[in-house]
Amino acid sequence: MMAAVLLAGAGNAFAQTAPATEPMVGAPVPWGMGLQTSGGPIKDAIGDFNTLVFNIIVAITIFVALLLAWCIWRYNANRNPVPSRTSHHTGLEIAWTVVPVLILVVIAIPSFRLIYYQDRARDADFTINVTGHQWYWNYRMPDHGNFAFDSRPVFDEDLTPGQFRNLEVDEPLLIPVGATVRVLTQGADVIHSFFIPSLGVQRYNIPGRTLETWMRADRPGTFYGQCNQICGTNHWFMPIVIRAVPQEEFNAWAEAARTRFAHTIPGNNAPALAMPAANPIRTAAAQQ
Amino acid sequence: MAYAADAHGHDDHKPNFVNRWLFSTNHKDIGTLYIIFSLFAALVGVGLSFLMRLELQSPGLQIFADGQMWNAYVSAHGLIMVFFVIMPALIGGFGNWFVPIMIGAPDMAFPRLNNISFWLLVPAFLLLGGSLFVGGGAGAGWTIYPPLSDSTYQPGPAMDMALFALHLAGASSILGAANFITTIFNMRAPGMTLHKMPLFVWSMLVTAFLLLLAVPVLGGAITMLITDRNFGTAFFDPAGGGDPVLFQHLFWFFGHPEVYIMILPAFGIVSHVISTFSRKPVFGYLGMAYAMVAIGVVGFVVWAHHMYTSGIDVDTRAYFMAATMVIAVPTGIKIFSWIATMWGGSIKMDTPMLFSVGFIFLFTVGGVTGVVLANAGITQILHNTYYVVAHFHYVLSLGAVFGIYAGIYYWIGKMSGRQYPERLGKIHFWLTFVGVNLTFFPMHFLGNQGMPRRYPDYPDAMTGWNMVASVGSYIAIASFLFFFYVMWVTLRRGEQAAPNYWGEGATTLEWQVSSPPPFHTFDELPRIR
Repeated sequence: MMAAVLLAGAGNAFAQTAPATEPMVGAPVPWGMGLQTSGGPIKDAIGDFNTLVFNIIVAITIFVALLLAWCIWRYNANRNPVPSRTSHHTGLEIAWTVVPVLILVVIAIPSFRLIYYQDRARDADFTINVTGHQWYWNYRMPDHGNFAFDSRPVFDEDLTPGQFRNLEVDEPLLIPVGATVRVLTQGADVIHSFFIPSLGVQRYNIPGRTLETWMRADRPGTFYGQCNQICGTNHWFMPIVIRAVPQEEFNAWAEAARTRFAHTIPGNNAPALAMPAANPIRTAAAQQ
Repeated sequence: MAYAADAHGHDDHKPNFVNRWLFSTNHKDIGTLYIIFSLFAALVGVGLSFLMRLELQSPGLQIFADGQMWNAYVSAHGLIMVFFVIMPALIGGFGNWFVPIMIGAPDMAFPRLNNISFWLLVPAFLLLGGSLFVGGGAGAGWTIYPPLSDSTYQPGPAMDMALFALHLAGASSILGAANFITTIFNMRAPGMTLHKMPLFVWSMLVTAFLLLLAVPVLGGAITMLITDRNFGTAFFDPAGGGDPVLFQHLFWFFGHPEVYIMILPAFGIVSHVISTFSRKPVFGYLGMAYAMVAIGVVGFVVWAHHMYTSGIDVDTRAYFMAATMVIAVPTGIKIFSWIATMWGGSIKMDTPMLFSVGFIFLFTVGGVTGVVLANAGITQILHNTYYVVAHFHYVLSLGAVFGIYAGIYYWIGKMSGRQYPERLGKIHFWLTFVGVNLTFFPMHFLGNQGMPRRYPDYPDAMTGWNMVASVGSYIAIASFLFFFYVMWVTLRRGEQAAPNYWGEGATTLEWQVSSPPPFHTFDELPRIR
């Protein structure tokens, strides 16, 4: 019963949505119980479907809890000293086979629709290649001059007020609001996972493979994610930040980035800028 | 051979200590060894989780030196709990103790194989435990996905020790499984047809088949991993034409049946306890038995639901989604049949029954979150989060472990000859129930909020629920230590147990023999009407 009450409490938390006007923040919130706020259509679809499934599982859990409570109360040895000998009831047995099947069909139909919707972009506006490294991310923008840049975590001592510990990066990835972005993931060394809960997107970054998925931010804002597949000692410290901005701001950023990261464009002989040294491994001592 | 030579002519002759406990071929003694081993391994596994919850209680790194050490502890916790706690207790422990008695067999079919099965576990456990102290430990998660488990990223012998430990534990399981299958098929007493077999024996039969078919696949996968690490092959290395996803397929072809291997014996125990304490025969016996068979069969064709984000084709995802949801049907049959067994019964809520009813409810919670996770669409953002951690701890740490506790309280009088103190048992139940729920329920929220698993530190917003979970885990750990006290009281001062101390509800063969049963259970084979 306790679980059922808590589950019901979690239901309210699913309703969080940000006002459309000011930039939203896609990040965990203190004592949050439901899914993160949604920044785009995939997450909206996941949220709607999750609400359906959630209501069904709460109903099932309460139903089972009530049956158990009734049995314990009504058929207690004191109240019911002589047990019945019934051990078969064909109708009942058929019912509790068929009814779950029907419930599963109710779940399965929207579920299939959801996975085909999530799978690939129809008419993507552009493509981003996401490569997971130990322990930072690299983004390449093949449709915007094919520049690439690393996105490294910000250490606690470098955080500015208002920033989230363990979630900020030095170079966030920018995307235009409303653009359909094809995401191609690769792994450079071990498997990582590109995971942004508020945009409803996740794919492994597997060495030797390229996986495809897509994302879209319908609202301007900053969407945080973290590496979600164990990848070594700093697994917990390779965050992802995606900022959805108006198209003009994105164009200006891409224009500037083409110059800043000119050395990363294949065939371009621009001199490399001084690159930051490889991430030091974070230890407890380094934090103090 | 001295053993065989002087065995005749004595009703209940026991060999000396070394012969009895080190060279044991008696299924009851080996079962006892398994249970003791499992409790000891549980102390280690629980100790690791205590350190983990201490670390996660507040943000930042406090206890662990770095992420590698954390990863090694997390991996060891998972592997110890799966291979050295739950499986030995349920299969080696209760399986060895009660399968032969319940089918009216004098012992297991291959008593010496039984001995080897147990003693392979001990070096396996030492190797796995030792790997924590060698180099940086084996920090690739219990799923040991390459390339992270390759020699480039886990250099040094720790990972090899862990892999060899899995090989030994796997060999132990395969031998044990062959033993159970042979015993159940060939050594049933006259009249004990398959459709009269107690449900615990059915559960062990299905489990043994799952082990026999699944564990060799793990053996193959980790052998390839070992040769990749040490002998220059490239099965899972894309640079040499290999494929990391191949390992995931092989691992989960083993790994998914493995989770049913851990829960099916608990299903069997719970069926017996519910029936005994309701003083009613199990409702829908055939449905119950074949639901387990169905779970076993379907359990082999759902493995890629652990790989929804590994880039498998969307049509493949659709298939695995549908197949996974199908498992909810036989599971539902079991839940409702247990409730129907209680319905109309004359129920006594003693400790084993408390744990069994707790099992039904908590397994339902873990089951319905499994239905959520079966949907690849939702799992796109719940995969690898604490929601998954909550889900599998609800079915294992609250499901299988409650099954183990139910079994211990149900049978401790039979196994030791001394009955546990009821009041202490009930206190243990409530402590455990509160503790584990407080630990694992908030993890659903953390997962919904996107907290990835295997993180020693997390964004500050996740502090609240992590603190609650840690407090819950301290209660659960205290309850586990309290359980040792209850067992100590039982064995030292427990009342002498009668042959059938549960009364008329307990109908299986183990209640026909004394408590504890004689060293050789049956002098002549019982006849089953």
